[in-house]
Amino acid sequence: MSAVRAPLIGRSVERKEDYRFLTGVGQYTDDIVLPAQSHGYFLRSPHAHARLRSIDIAGARDAPGVLAVYTGEDLAGIGGLPCGWLIKSIDGSPMKEPKHPVLAEGKVRYVGEQIALVVAETAAQAKAAAALIDVDYDVLPAVVDTASAAGNSACVHDAAPDNVCYTWAIGDESAVTAAFAQAAHVTRLDLINNRLIPNAIEPRAANAQYSAADDSYTLYVTSQNPHVERLLMTAFVLGLPEHKMRVIAPDVGGGFGSKIYLYAEETALVWASKRVGRPIKWTAERSESFLTDAHGRDHVTTAELALDAQGQFLALRVRTTANMGAYLSTFASSIPTILYATLLAGQYTTPQIHCTVQAVFTNTAPVDAYRGAGRPEATYLLERIVELAARELGIDPVALRRRNFIRSFPHATPVGLTYDTGDYEATLNRVLDLADVAGYPARKQASAAKGLLRGIGYSCYIEACGLAPSNIAGALGARAGLFEAGEVRVHPTGKVTVFTGSHSHGQGHETTFAQVVADRLGISLEDVDIQHGDTGKVLFGMGTYGSRSLAVGGSAIVKAVDKIISKGRKIAAHLLEASDADVEFENGEFRIAGTDRKKTFAEIALTAYVPHNYPLDKLEPGLNENAFYDPTNFTYPAGSYVCEVEVDPETGTVRVDRFSASDDFGNVINPMIVEGQVQGGIAQGIGQALLEGCRYNEDGQLLTGSFTDYALPRADDLPNLDIELSPGTPCTHNPLGAKGCGEAGAIGSPPAVINALLDALAPLGVSRIDMPATPHRVWEAIARSKR
Amino acid sequence: MSAIAYHRPASVAEAAQLAQSEPDARILAGGQSLLPSMKLGLLAPTAFIDLGALGELRGIRGDRKSVTLGAMTSHTAVGESRAVIELLPALAKLAAGIGDPQVRNRGTIGGSLANSDPAADYPAAVLALNATIHTNRRSVAADDFFKGLFETALGAGELITAVQFPVPRSAAYVKFRQPASRFALVGVFVAQTSAGVRVAVTGAGPCAFRVKALEDVLSRQFAPRACDGITISPDGLNEDIHASAAYRAHLIPVLARRAIA
Amino acid sequence: MAVPIEMIVNGKSVATEVDADTLLSTFLREHLRLTGTHVGCDTASCGACTVHVGGRAVKSCNVLTAQLAGQDITTIEGITPRDGSLHPMQAAFKACHGLQCGFCTAGMVMSAIDLVLHHPHATEEEIRHGLEGNLCRCTGYQNIVKAVVMAAKTMDGGQAS
Repeated sequence: MSAVRAPLIGRSVERKEDYRFLTGVGQYTDDIVLPAQSHGYFLRSPHAHARLRSIDIAGARDAPGVLAVYTGEDLAGIGGLPCGWLIKSIDGSPMKEPKHPVLAEGKVRYVGEQIALVVAETAAQAKAAAALIDVDYDVLPAVVDTASAAGNSACVHDAAPDNVCYTWAIGDESAVTAAFAQAAHVTRLDLINNRLIPNAIEPRAANAQYSAADDSYTLYVTSQNPHVERLLMTAFVLGLPEHKMRVIAPDVGGGFGSKIYLYAEETALVWASKRVGRPIKWTAERSESFLTDAHGRDHVTTAELALDAQGQFLALRVRTTANMGAYLSTFASSIPTILYATLLAGQYTTPQIHCTVQAVFTNTAPVDAYRGAGRPEATYLLERIVELAARELGIDPVALRRRNFIRSFPHATPVGLTYDTGDYEATLNRVLDLADVAGYPARKQASAAKGLLRGIGYSCYIEACGLAPSNIAGALGARAGLFEAGEVRVHPTGKVTVFTGSHSHGQGHETTFAQVVADRLGISLEDVDIQHGDTGKVLFGMGTYGSRSLAVGGSAIVKAVDKIISKGRKIAAHLLEASDADVEFENGEFRIAGTDRKKTFAEIALTAYVPHNYPLDKLEPGLNENAFYDPTNFTYPAGSYVCEVEVDPETGTVRVDRFSASDDFGNVINPMIVEGQVQGGIAQGIGQALLEGCRYNEDGQLLTGSFTDYALPRADDLPNLDIELSPGTPCTHNPLGAKGCGEAGAIGSPPAVINALLDALAPLGVSRIDMPATPHRVWEAIARSKR
Repeated sequence: MSAIAYHRPASVAEAAQLAQSEPDARILAGGQSLLPSMKLGLLAPTAFIDLGALGELRGIRGDRKSVTLGAMTSHTAVGESRAVIELLPALAKLAAGIGDPQVRNRGTIGGSLANSDPAADYPAAVLALNATIHTNRRSVAADDFFKGLFETALGAGELITAVQFPVPRSAAYVKFRQPASRFALVGVFVAQTSAGVRVAVTGAGPCAFRVKALEDVLSRQFAPRACDGITISPDGLNEDIHASAAYRAHLIPVLARRAIA
Repeated sequence: MAVPIEMIVNGKSVATEVDADTLLSTFLREHLRLTGTHVGCDTASCGACTVHVGGRAVKSCNVLTAQLAGQDITTIEGITPRDGSLHPMQAAFKACHGLQCGFCTAGMVMSAIDLVLHHPHATEEEIRHGLEGNLCRCTGYQNIVKAVVMAAKTMDGGQAS
């Protein structure tokens, strides 16, 4: 019956999830209204740092529609929000982990910190009532600036009197010192990796419901990892039985990291839902998102690169101060350490690297992973200093990179990673073609004729994705496993439902994973549905972040599919009266090798559920398998980017004119989706480079608290991107050969843009510019260089 | 239930009377600035006076001498108007560049001028073109209309009904956008009329203002290079996270030159 | 105060009372349960809530329901054919992968339809400017622009909306 069908893997099939999004029938958390729905509103601190002398809730409690008002005092008995990664300082002491309360206790430590929860019949009533809460604040001096936080006279937490959370290091310091002593040239670079506000377009939201019938909770929440949310909330904060809580992350409107974390709001709602006896919904206003979604980046760094006379990298020394904000968010401590410093070899053979990271508390919103998480910071530093070294030495920046590329694999770096595979020369060569670098001089001349300065910049990035081998992560301080789980449920008719712990909030898992399963089982794409985002349906999951979904979650599914095939082979062998070993499975058919005796996948499925002629003595009926996959290594996507900018020196305006990318993600399942991921990532990277910068004033007030002051890239801020997925070097240690693609664009692009900008401005004598390179900043840099 | 009252007057006189009697009411034209201000808690009116039913405030009339826009004419209508494109293309282009398409579909010239946002576009055109603002009580010359930050010559119960723009010899508007809000960081409108050149700036001060130094040199010689060497003092200009006063001052002659080029 | 209001929503007449300060987005989502229209910000910046009023794109979070007496409102639900097929703009977004998380999508599609109907020959650059009222954090806009270019060819003149 079935002709040999073209493989689905590698094809840009249209997305299965699109219909509901395009027609408005997707279901996001705020779309859900539960019976007897009530609404929550959080009173938030207007001060960055203050003691709470008293909180008078009487007026709010008596306001129209109000069902309850809670403050930190009511919740004092429950735990703080935990941090999932223990980092130890150089001296062996554990990081400082002051309590991260669900509602402020005694003190507020950043503008926007939640002080009280008001529950009312309507959202408007809850908000109006919150305004009637009378808080007496004793305002304290705020610690805001990253670079000067350590040892600041003001102190965020008594537990960390110097505001230092930890001082951590990696690498062989004495070997680095020795290498610098031998260096023919040392390039030094001071830079800031600008603080960003993630701004998924769907604001965070939650709807918590308690059922007295079985003493259980259901939480709808904008989460990238509902199982992690459940585990942390029940076991570490509220002390509830894990099996009495169901967490559902329905359609989620973008995450980019910001929806990984366990936040105070949903925790407070769950706690209050039992007391109020009604479901409580809260949806962030965008102003709240700006103030309270975990922010990203915020590093201040000094780096030095030692080179020999031929331009060979000898050593890299890095000192970084990383802002944690006021409290440790769920993965905060691991971002500027495990996910940052381990990447500092990049694509290069640099034999010695030492990096010290000081993490500081400040009176600002918590900082955690944002698209790329540590890896963009490492790549920005490295690709900036390499280009600067090339400029200082008068070597072509492309040639300098080539001279230092890693060329043999596996390659162990001096910062703890072992790259399994890669071909950096290939992606670089490809992108030079794509970017028409040969035509650059003519374009530069054409720009000059218009009074504009053109510059070209390169970036060769690597990332460590597919988080993560649990044993390695555990040794590095992770307090959780980082495997993924999947289940393949074959129905009697041969249709298949797959349950995955990888949540999809834009990544297209419902399509990509279905392609993998349909191909492997030789059935049609329509016969496979992917379910995710519900702890009541999915067996377990560690969630979606770190470009891990296909490499780890997909691999778990493949393992489960292989178990299905293996069981199917036994059933087929029984039906065909052959031995298991003689049955091969191909193209949706179990066949005795070399014969035309066969059973289709659907026939086997039916037999499994109608086991009349079935080896019941040896085999259980049914066809349903699950699997957990724990990777043996990280994956190492890599690529090369080239950016050309045009600068209007009179106004400081920077326009990205051309952007070319060649990425090696290993095997690609759906090129259309992967290119979309890269486009989105590069857009965010260009945003970081030119538009986006979170700013607080010295009192800790957020100055960029709305879209009218925080510039998110709009359609006309961006060029068409020229992206090519390189044939690639498949990952050697997962069954799909996949490396992950979600973060690459955001990791690789900022240095390409800034390198291009500095190249354009070099003739004017401008050598330093920090992101975002807004027109005002560029104009000032030009003006300064003229003086 | 909300305590805010809503009125939809059937005549300008009724609207004016309502506005007079309810000092904390807000007149609702397109609402594109009013509603965001309310959401952010910056304004809390007791009532809306919705001008939406006043068809007589909508419309565009033009002859060779002037273009008259009804106060409730949307930015989109102005931007797409054949008459405006023909007679005063700089004004059509300005209107087509206000905010974004959705804002232009609702926002009105009367609302924009009455609000006098320091970064709004229309005030620059009104000042540079020496327009006349007609209200339910009088006609106000552009030079007398803008009084300060969100402050105009309009009195209580006074409504803009129409704005009349004389047709200039030539005119152009160049806007340099604030990267996030996309309002004018600085916008410069240059108009060449038989009575000389007028240059008006928005975005840089508390309200739109004219720049005499540029008007003088351009009246003598209407050419881009006339702007060279003109420096504007940053004293009193706006300063925020997006631009220093010095940067805004720098941009004014640069944009004026580009308006002419 | 309660304001009586009559309007047409997705071809059906609606007669009800709303508070004076009820935003159209609130009315659509909470009163009519048309949750395809999303709210992404509080400054009328993101455009996720874009619907058509009288055939033109409007941010429904930035207009009062009371203002729209007698008006014709169309939401994403209203442009979706009932037979399970897609409007040409929706189909183009699907074909071009012009959406990822889907949250901005309804507003983006509604803006794009207005854009194409009124500027059927817009260039890519004009399309980028024409979409400046809509934020998308996922796609980088490239595939959205591609979709609008495609839809401009498949949408014939006036049938949509």
